Amino acid sequence: MTTEQPDLENILTAYGRERDNLIPLLQEVQDRFRYLSPEAVQAVADHLELSANDVYGVATFYAQFRFVPPGLHHIKVCEGTACHVRGSDRILESISRATGIAPGQTSSNGQFSLERVACFGSCALAPVVVVDDKVYGRMTAAKTNKLIEDKK
Amino acid sequence: MSFAARQQQAQIVWQRFEQPDRPRILIGSATCGRAAGSLEVMAAFAAELAKQGLTESVDVVEVGCLGMCYAEVLVEIRGRDGKRVLYQSVEPRHVEALVDAQLVRGEVFAPLALAVMNDTDETVPAFTDLPMIQPQVRIVLRNCGIIDPTNIDHYLAQGGYSGMARAFSLGPEQVIEEMKASGLRGRGGAGFPTGVKWGFARSSVADQKYVICNADEGDPGAYMDRSVLEGDPHSVIEGLIIAGYAIGAGRGYMYIRAEYPLAVERVKKAIEQAYECGLLGKNILGTDFSFDIDIRLGAGAFVCGEETALIASIEGKRGTPRPRPPYPSVSGLWGKPTAINNVETLANVPYIILEGGDKFALIGTEKSKGTKVFALTGKVRNSGLVEVPMGITLREIVFDIGGGMLGDKPIKAVQTGGPSGGVIPVDQLDTPVDYENLQKLGSIMGSGGMIVMDESDCIVDIAKFYLGFCVEESCGKCAPCRIGGYQMLNLLNGIAEGAGSLEDLDKLRRVALAMQRASLCALGQTAANPVMSTLRYFEQEYREHIVNRKCRSHKCRSLMTYSIIQDKCKRCRVCVINCPVNAIEGDREKGFFIDVSKCVKCGKCFEVCKFQAIAKE
Repeated sequence: MTTEQPDLENILTAYGRERDNLIPLLQEVQDRFRYLSPEAVQAVADHLELSANDVYGVATFYAQFRFVPPGLHHIKVCEGTACHVRGSDRILESISRATGIAPGQTSSNGQFSLERVACFGSCALAPVVVVDDKVYGRMTAAKTNKLIEDKK
Repeated sequence: MSFAARQQQAQIVWQRFEQPDRPRILIGSATCGRAAGSLEVMAAFAAELAKQGLTESVDVVEVGCLGMCYAEVLVEIRGRDGKRVLYQSVEPRHVEALVDAQLVRGEVFAPLALAVMNDTDETVPAFTDLPMIQPQVRIVLRNCGIIDPTNIDHYLAQGGYSGMARAFSLGPEQVIEEMKASGLRGRGGAGFPTGVKWGFARSSVADQKYVICNADEGDPGAYMDRSVLEGDPHSVIEGLIIAGYAIGAGRGYMYIRAEYPLAVERVKKAIEQAYECGLLGKNILGTDFSFDIDIRLGAGAFVCGEETALIASIEGKRGTPRPRPPYPSVSGLWGKPTAINNVETLANVPYIILEGGDKFALIGTEKSKGTKVFALTGKVRNSGLVEVPMGITLREIVFDIGGGMLGDKPIKAVQTGGPSGGVIPVDQLDTPVDYENLQKLGSIMGSGGMIVMDESDCIVDIAKFYLGFCVEESCGKCAPCRIGGYQMLNLLNGIAEGAGSLEDLDKLRRVALAMQRASLCALGQTAANPVMSTLRYFEQEYREHIVNRKCRSHKCRSLMTYSIIQDKCKRCRVCVINCPVNAIEGDREKGFFIDVSKCVKCGKCFEVCKFQAIAKE
């Protein structure tokens, strides 16, 4: 089965050429393609009549933007205060060990990617892990192992 | 349709929702509720009702958060007799019994019943009498968990948008006077009087002005803004429209964190509904005031909570702050006068305009009026969102509302104000909470994160955590913040690893002072606060790390070891199997030992041992 590549042009033409469209545009491109490829960055720059340098300058400033494709399962570990005092560092370590990747990386088979996030605002359920946008609360190292095994 | 007719129609919808003899199930489905499994519970109810043939006669509705996060999933069921019972910790496996008890047999399902919402009952306490609820005064959270946040009629029926209508009849100057009379101060952290801010923006002359709702709640450990946006989005939108009307702006922005997808979805929907009802757009309610709202998603930069950085971000630039003055009320978005207010601040506005600034000012202390929402988390029994009058003591918040400490361990300190705040030690717990008092104690009100700590929390570790956060989030524009933070973090890491010296404490204080005085924005100016305040109250613990190479909380890994208590060990080998680095050696005959040279101190053995046979030293 072939999936049709969503058309970058269609996204671009929905936006005007003013600079304040830059971040919403990058967000939508990342939403559709899951990351910002060099080609996408160049296309955004051309559309807004900016240099690719300028676009990278903005995109790399914000933690949200990725420049490598994420894994099939994207794992986010919350490192907010409530999670920290309830042991999020050990949760992160445990996931890192189970997947073989450090935060910011994607595993070589493309299965997992791992990210640290400042706070999801679900502090009463600390420590929190988010896998593919589903929130898992009150995690323990043992529970994370099971979670990763289930996704493998 | 006139506004009055629209309100009437909303009342009809609300009356039907509240119709006492129509069975109804409300499910708390904010992000916390969903994480605890509310959607699964909801599906289970749908299936069970279908099985019983009750689908048509029972309404199932998602509502926002009541703030009792520790008890999620929360479900309120109204039976045929009109009695509304709140159930806690509901799981799909309970659903059959709940439906059978309350909807079929008309009885309360006692094992999960937490409170009765509208009645008294011999066995279950009334909701308003619950120790967690009774001391609260709900203005900001007035509708959260009560109404369907996706239904504008529910909001209208609670007097929604009447504050806006009253604002139009008062005129902008009088709105600002009401705000000044209320004494409301910015709830984002700094505590600047909202009415004064609006006054400045109003008196700035320009062809276009803007208002911005700052919903970039980046403070780790704080989620009151998320909860309001998810549970009562219209209250914030109404507040933003009133702000726009007061200063003379034609456009408003909601700047929301992208990490809050449900909040974004609810706000989007609420804005659409407001347009449909003529509450946004051209000539609102027949006046000559026109106002539009756009949403912008924050892209994951804590510094964008700072107002000039937030403006840069909306303009499509790197989110770096710039020196003030000029303040945004004079020169803000695209150089135009701009008023920026936080979510909680704006949610107070409709209440103030409708009820009057004087009435609002009756709540609170001399200089801090109204209520404050706190996200009470950490080692406290009842984690959740609580809205309390200013002037309440920390002790009341932790022990009355919060139900005391988890596991009844002794309390060590309470952290307020997040990465810009500080710790408050146990002997100051009776201080009334307001802006001035918290500052005197070396902390700040901040946005309302409140983390309760017990003896297992290491003070050096906490300071390191917050400082590490600020170092990562520093935008790098000014040297004091960029370099100072990094240097302080290195010193703290050294102390936590047992490689510190007593001179380091002086160095920390000197760098902190430089950061406070010379940083460009509040992030850098306050980044050292957690370190300074912990040094002020807990210097002894720093000294123990340095002099005795000891972490009394067993948190700093370089200063602790795990070992097996042979007397308690049942030789079950669970720790051996779970150890990720095979650091546990031995056999069933001779016993097991941890090889400290291999041990990575991950704590897994401690977690899995059923016999408390692993010691931390």
